Amino acid sequence: MSVLIFVDQTENHIKKASYEVLTYGAQVAKQMGTTAEALVLGTVNDDLASLGKYGITKVHQVANESLNHVDTQLYAKVIAEAVTASGANVLIFSHNQTGKAVAARVAARLKAGIVTGACALPDTSNGFVVRKTVFSGKAFANISINSPVRIISLNPNSYQTVAGEGTAEVSALNVAVDASKVKITAVNKVSGEVPLTEADIVVSGGRGLKGPENWGILLDLAKELHAATACSRPVGDAHWRPHHEHVGQTGVQIAPNLYIALGISGAIQHLAGVNRSKVIVVINKDPEAPFFKAADYGIVGDLFEVVPKLTEEIHKMKAS
Amino acid sequence: MKILVCISKTPDTTSKIAFTDGNKKFDETGVQWIINPYDEWYSLVRAIELKEKDAAVTIHLVTVGGADCDPIIRKALALGGDEAIRVNSDSTDSYFIAAQIAEVAKKGGYDLIFTGKEAIDYNGASIGGMVAELVDIPYVSLATLFELNGTTATITREIEGGEEVAEVSLPVVVSCQKGVAEQRIPNMRGIMAARTKPLQVVEPVAADTLTSVVNFELPPAKAGVKLVDADNVAELVRLLHEEAKVI
Ligand SMILES: Cc1cc2nc3c(=O)[nH]c(=O)nc-3n(C[C@H](O)[C@H](O)[C@H](O)COP(=O)(O)OP(=O)(O)OC[C@H]3O[C@@H](n4cnc5c(N)ncnc54)[C@H](O)[C@@H]3O)c2cc1C
Ligand SMILES: Nc1ncnc2c1ncn2[C@@H]1O[C@H](COP(=O)(O)O)[C@@H](O)[C@H]1O
Repeated sequence: MSVLIFVDQTENHIKKASYEVLTYGAQVAKQMGTTAEALVLGTVNDDLASLGKYGITKVHQVANESLNHVDTQLYAKVIAEAVTASGANVLIFSHNQTGKAVAARVAARLKAGIVTGACALPDTSNGFVVRKTVFSGKAFANISINSPVRIISLNPNSYQTVAGEGTAEVSALNVAVDASKVKITAVNKVSGEVPLTEADIVVSGGRGLKGPENWGILLDLAKELHAATACSRPVGDAHWRPHHEHVGQTGVQIAPNLYIALGISGAIQHLAGVNRSKVIVVINKDPEAPFFKAADYGIVGDLFEVVPKLTEEIHKMKAS
Repeated sequence: MKILVCISKTPDTTSKIAFTDGNKKFDETGVQWIINPYDEWYSLVRAIELKEKDAAVTIHLVTVGGADCDPIIRKALALGGDEAIRVNSDSTDSYFIAAQIAEVAKKGGYDLIFTGKEAIDYNGASIGGMVAELVDIPYVSLATLFELNGTTATITREIEGGEEVAEVSLPVVVSCQKGVAEQRIPNMRGIMAARTKPLQVVEPVAADTLTSVVNFELPPAKAGVKLVDADNVAELVRLLHEEAKVI
């Protein structure tokens, strides 16, 4: 019995979302009176023993280069074997793009019940009940997993990462890896920018900005805050901004610490992508804009006047 | 070329979300049902486009659900599916549903299986990967572009912090999202034709149910917005720094 945590990596580095699931998984293990172990696929440049800081006792690594890319078929097989080899009865993923690609496939292979998009620690006092967001953040469901092996994928930004002291034992896991049937012909990373789903702060613009030529004031604010940028759907549809920035029901779902909405009305489909944010700030000239009902702080005003002032005031605050 | 498109029924995006039976059941009163937007707008439309380019393409639809799914399936047929299969079960367990779809998929020998990125009710994002595993074929998730060249699919898919282009030989399961196609409106001819298209109802095969809903909860109401005067932007910065502690 143990808790096994899948550690996601890109370009040989462990992702931020992984530290969050490691902390979460260690807590699940503590709650169940067992140990937390981690699984790393592919070659990684980071120091794996240091994962002990997150409460991990052992790191299993399948250091096979063909696993540096996510192929769901290969991953499912390797992860399922690791679960069996380590005797884990709980397996944890981040519900990020990698988790969305792989976790359910592993579940089918192991015939393990899965809850994706979990947002809290499981209740293990009587069975195994996991809380998740449903209806695009409009409600929660508590789901009981009734199989011997249980799988959880945790919504990014829903658990506080805590680093302490400790060193983990790193152990090579020998698993045969089949040839991949999926050939990757190009990889386009959005470089230099903060990835949207990992950002602590997101500054987002809607049709209220009137046109792509006006995005400068938004970008300045984002830069001052080291924030990622997002947009409403009509903005993405009109190609004012790249479509991967579009948040909402049909776009990316995010849960940053701070979401700043500029000139966005706050339609229900938009809120579905952002209502898990910890703090929402809305700047809109219409006091009746529905977004104010979902906001924590707001300014009723013309964004073209307010936003440059906001950037300036933040700059001042940081300098002081 | 045979394509299987998975269709699920979801409440309309503007539906009021409420629960009954001591919060154990979703309250369906007054709910308008729609085809899950990812299934309708992206995967189904892309399948129809492939059929428009190549007359040898056949599109089958599959849904796992009760008789209340029939209007949804008819609408999908009106948009352009050829035939539909409904597996008669109300289960909400992903593994059970995937096992049913996998059974249909194995029997039908499809070259391509499309699902939506996720169903907008339970947001599982699970069925595609499970079906692929049960049928034992590749799965490409979160597609934003899908091209077919003979028996090779070229798929752009979303990954952490960007996207990648994958080439894969059929058969394959693909989960579709924005970018793969553009939403269409069914026309009168399609609606008339859909009435006579075959909708076959089959009973589920035996499969395990691995999860069950204990109850639902609504999030606590927001405390209400704190409005700051447009002439006092510094006050907003102070609140975000000192009160909310987010900057
Ligand atoms: C099934 C479905 C799915 C959808 N999915 C999504 C989704 O994923 N994401 C999404 O965003 N939308 C989605 N939509 C669209 C959604 O319903 C709204 O139409 C959209 O979010 C509106 O975008 P907006 O707020 O940018 O534009 P608008 O609604 O036009 O709002 C612009 C706002 O800017 C304000 N404004 C204008 N000028 C200024 C100024 N100078 N200063 C300050 N404020 C100003 C206005 O008061 C207004 O509130 C979906 C719709 C449907 C039907
Ligand atoms: N009951 C169902 N019947 C048919 N297809 C389904 C069903 N549930 C989900 N799907 C398909 O699987 C996709 C992902 O759903 P989910 O994994 O439930 O979020 C949906 O977009 C559908 O294409």
